[in-house]
Amino acid sequence: MGQKSANMATSIVNENVRWVSLMCCSIAAIVVLILLRLYFTLKNVGKCSLPSEAKEPLKTMVIMGSGGHTTEMLRLLSGMSNMYSPRVYIIADTDKMSQEKVFRFEQEKNSKEGKEILCNGPGTCIPLCAAGLTMTFLGLKRVYLIYVESICRVLSLSLSGKILYHLADKMFVQWPELQKMYPKTLYIDRIV
Amino acid sequence: MAGREKMVFVTVGTTKFDALVEAVSSPSIRRQLESLGFTRLVLQIGRGQYEPESFIKPNFRMDVYRFKDSIADDIKGASLIISHAGAGSVLESLGAKKPLVVVINEHLMGNHQIELAYKLYTEGHLLYCTPSELLKTLQDLDVSKLKPFPPGQPEKFAAYVDQFFGLS
Repeated sequence: MGQKSANMATSIVNENVRWVSLMCCSIAAIVVLILLRLYFTLKNVGKCSLPSEAKEPLKTMVIMGSGGHTTEMLRLLSGMSNMYSPRVYIIADTDKMSQEKVFRFEQEKNSKEGKEILCNGPGTCIPLCAAGLTMTFLGLKRVYLIYVESICRVLSLSLSGKILYHLADKMFVQWPELQKMYPKTLYIDRIV
Repeated sequence: MAGREKMVFVTVGTTKFDALVEAVSSPSIRRQLESLGFTRLVLQIGRGQYEPESFIKPNFRMDVYRFKDSIADDIKGASLIISHAGAGSVLESLGAKKPLVVVINEHLMGNHQIELAYKLYTEGHLLYCTPSELLKTLQDLDVSKLKPFPPGQPEKFAAYVDQFFGLS
């Protein structure tokens, strides 16, 4: 009697061990796949994978900060061609002044491409960049992130800048001393 | 009169900066401004509690307001700008090639906004002081010593990005 129940217990234990090891193996395999994907995603940060012959317009999302940052952003865009279109703007829904400025800017640019203006709360930059990175990570679409630090930042990156330091494809700063502190950033003159 | 008007524009942006508003509307600073040849003071006071009254006198007039949709016209019309350290006002003033005195709000020390104004001060593009030093700064004012602040070069950014995407 005692022998029999001991046998049964052993076989239940064996069964459990098999399940647990199977699960461990699958989890390990998934983790390895995720890490590989993450590795390749991060390895491609800062590299352009667009075919060089295809010169198609690039749909561009422009994420505006509030207040003074709008002026900086529009100055940046003023130098860019209409190859970056359609342009989708993200503006805080309370930021009527920025909205007005964007409308005026687009009218002056006389762009034929339809534009879209999305409204959202402030501080949208990080979640939107995270969404873009997720799309790249999942292989749905390679989303390129270009981050331009505000001219206000002379001695340190902003929080958004710090978060995106290793993740943005290109990060521009506007002061040479800041570039020295963060070697992965680019300084090509003051650009706003 | 309008043709010979020489205006100084004071702006605190969206902040509350009573110390600056009190300083510029004080008799001693007004006398100093008059001796510099100014005939008009336009004072944008934002969210401050201290609200001096506008007045018109034969040789000097002061206009006070809280906010306007755009301060661009006041900047354009000014011969001197006295501003808080906000990047927007600072860059707009320098962009309009106006002599600029940035007055820092000591209550906001450590705020990164001051970084830019201080940097531009060390490079000689503007003057920089606290509200209590403003009178002295105006007494020593020599706008010919200020260096122009060249506009940025967004076309360099565009060229870089074009090259990155293989569009050039």
